[in-house]
Amino acid sequence: MAIFIDENTRLAVQGITGRDGSFHTRQTMEAGTRVVAGVTPGKGGRTFEGPNGEAVPVFNSMDDAVAETGADASVIFVPPPFAADAVMEAADAGVRFVVAITEGVPVMDMARAHAFARDKGVRVLGPNCPGLISPGKCKVGILPTRIVTEGPVGVVSRSGTLTYEAVHQLTSVGIGQTTCIGIGGDPLIGTSFIDCLEAFNEDPDTAAIVMIGEIGGTDEQDAAAYVRARVSKPVVGFIAGQTAPPGRRMGHAGAIISGSAGTAEEKMRAFRDNGISVAKRPVEIVELIQQALA
Amino acid sequence: MEIHEYQAKERFRAAGIPVPPGEVATTPAGAEAIAAKYGGRVVVKAQVHAGGRGKAGGVKLADDPAAAREHAANILGMEIKGLRVSRVLVTPAEDIETEAYVGLLIDRKSQSPVFMVSAAGGIDIEEVASTDPGAIRRLTVDPRYGLLPHQAYWLANSLYDDPALIKQATGIIAQLYRAFIESGASMAEINPLITTCSGEVRAIDAKMTIDDSELFRRPEVAAMRDTSSEPPSETKAREAGLSYVKLDGTVGCCVNGAGLAMATMDLVKYYGGEPANFLDIGGSSNPDKVVAALDIIASDPNVRSILFNIFGGITRCDDVANGIVEATRRIDIEPPIVIRLTGTNEDVALAILKEAGFSAHTSMDAVVEEAVRLAGAGA
Repeated sequence: MAIFIDENTRLAVQGITGRDGSFHTRQTMEAGTRVVAGVTPGKGGRTFEGPNGEAVPVFNSMDDAVAETGADASVIFVPPPFAADAVMEAADAGVRFVVAITEGVPVMDMARAHAFARDKGVRVLGPNCPGLISPGKCKVGILPTRIVTEGPVGVVSRSGTLTYEAVHQLTSVGIGQTTCIGIGGDPLIGTSFIDCLEAFNEDPDTAAIVMIGEIGGTDEQDAAAYVRARVSKPVVGFIAGQTAPPGRRMGHAGAIISGSAGTAEEKMRAFRDNGISVAKRPVEIVELIQQALA
Repeated sequence: MEIHEYQAKERFRAAGIPVPPGEVATTPAGAEAIAAKYGGRVVVKAQVHAGGRGKAGGVKLADDPAAAREHAANILGMEIKGLRVSRVLVTPAEDIETEAYVGLLIDRKSQSPVFMVSAAGGIDIEEVASTDPGAIRRLTVDPRYGLLPHQAYWLANSLYDDPALIKQATGIIAQLYRAFIESGASMAEINPLITTCSGEVRAIDAKMTIDDSELFRRPEVAAMRDTSSEPPSETKAREAGLSYVKLDGTVGCCVNGAGLAMATMDLVKYYGGEPANFLDIGGSSNPDKVVAALDIIASDPNVRSILFNIFGGITRCDDVANGIVEATRRIDIEPPIVIRLTGTNEDVALAILKEAGFSAHTSMDAVVEEAVRLAGAGA
């Protein structure tokens, strides 16, 4: 099993003809995902060629793509000015799951898009996220395929490359993953730690969970309380940004300590107080997971 | 992006909020001239991106133009929370009867703009929120409809009893929402919102933070950026498309990805060193970005060693390797460079580096330990 996506997922790529969109669509197809449609306004009727000569039809709109191909999920590679509307277009067209990779989407645009998607019962992952991968089954997004392997650990993270680091270290000692999911570094994201913890807890193949957080906001604290109340599986946590100064944005729009809330110290304490094992370094994530699985 | 009080007031004025007049001076004589123009008592206020200006002595009341000149002389050049003051706002002093608080920010939990208002103004709203939450009225705005008239009225009703004041405050709250949206703000605050003895409601302080992601479509707001109060290296980094924050340590860090960059800084600390900076070279990095990054890090006189930590996903390790080789050819880099590269095109990258005389690690812990050792810090 895997969470949110699996081998039956029928994916449409919004922005398939762009530089990033086309590169990652090929990688996605090589990971085993069924890419059934691409969307680029003005380029409907063309065909996108997959890595093994597959012909993916390109449509002008998500509405056409869903009507013609039965796509039930989409991934967004369109530029920031149009990304929030692309989320709403996907939700309007009737897909159930939208992954927004784009970084730098205006926060108020996303506030409207999230409200719109919520009303339609559509799950949004991101924006400003690497997506998710269920090794051997399906990938939606930009996580490198070769660092993952099938196994019992669910990984959820606000980061991109730090997730790759942790997953790579797990894989290199032979510990595989059910699903690795990056929820994104923006202040307003569609899928929270708690949503992922709930799904991992229900997934029979997931035996332990890695949760990687960072400074800013209180999502980790809320997730820690949720773990105590609802999660029966062992959880290992890591927080990036112990040396980050207050008031400065550390790359991610959401990674900023404002006032007293959102420090790494406070989040690590919340983890410990709620029964989550805390790794002080990325390499300790592996040690703690090994103990949890033993 | 932070903007100054006088800039936030310009945005507020444009939205119709009653804000007292004011002008900016960069010299004591300039402040004196402005004070003479207004006549009577004025306030001289440091314009700097830091809170606690009053406590730091950056806000002074002046009875006459000579006093304004004297205060400006003291405030200009002063450092508040490490930031040098290069401008003062001179504004007529108001006769204050009451002080209230009106603030608005984008709230992560409700994923919406949230108003917080309180009849107790001139305060630290965060502190009031934790100690006396009953003193604050909160309202979540549906981002699709915006602030509705009855909502503005409901907020204003918690500030005053006098219908004439409530009416003015209702207008101001609606105008603040408009200024917030039209500026692409993530936070806007009037603290205090005052009533005068003659029954007028006015905003005598203004604070606004802009969402960086809005700047592409708001050039008039982007033009308000004041680079004089930030280290030149941060200005240079932004122009090169790099995400950079200068810190005080000796280990220069160049990493791809914000989370990994923070984790790398933390590991420097873990091994007994201090990071000199946060630097994320971003996703699809071309060699030019790496050159710019190395140039910025190497220009920091505190830096004793430079650490690369690259996990290639979209970023190709060979691009980074080429950038390092290119940079060391173009510019003189004194501190030793230690490199960790793994991921996409790792083998090609390692070959490029080896040919140029660099060695590279593949473990994050090993490279950080090495960088800390070379910086002469730690055990």
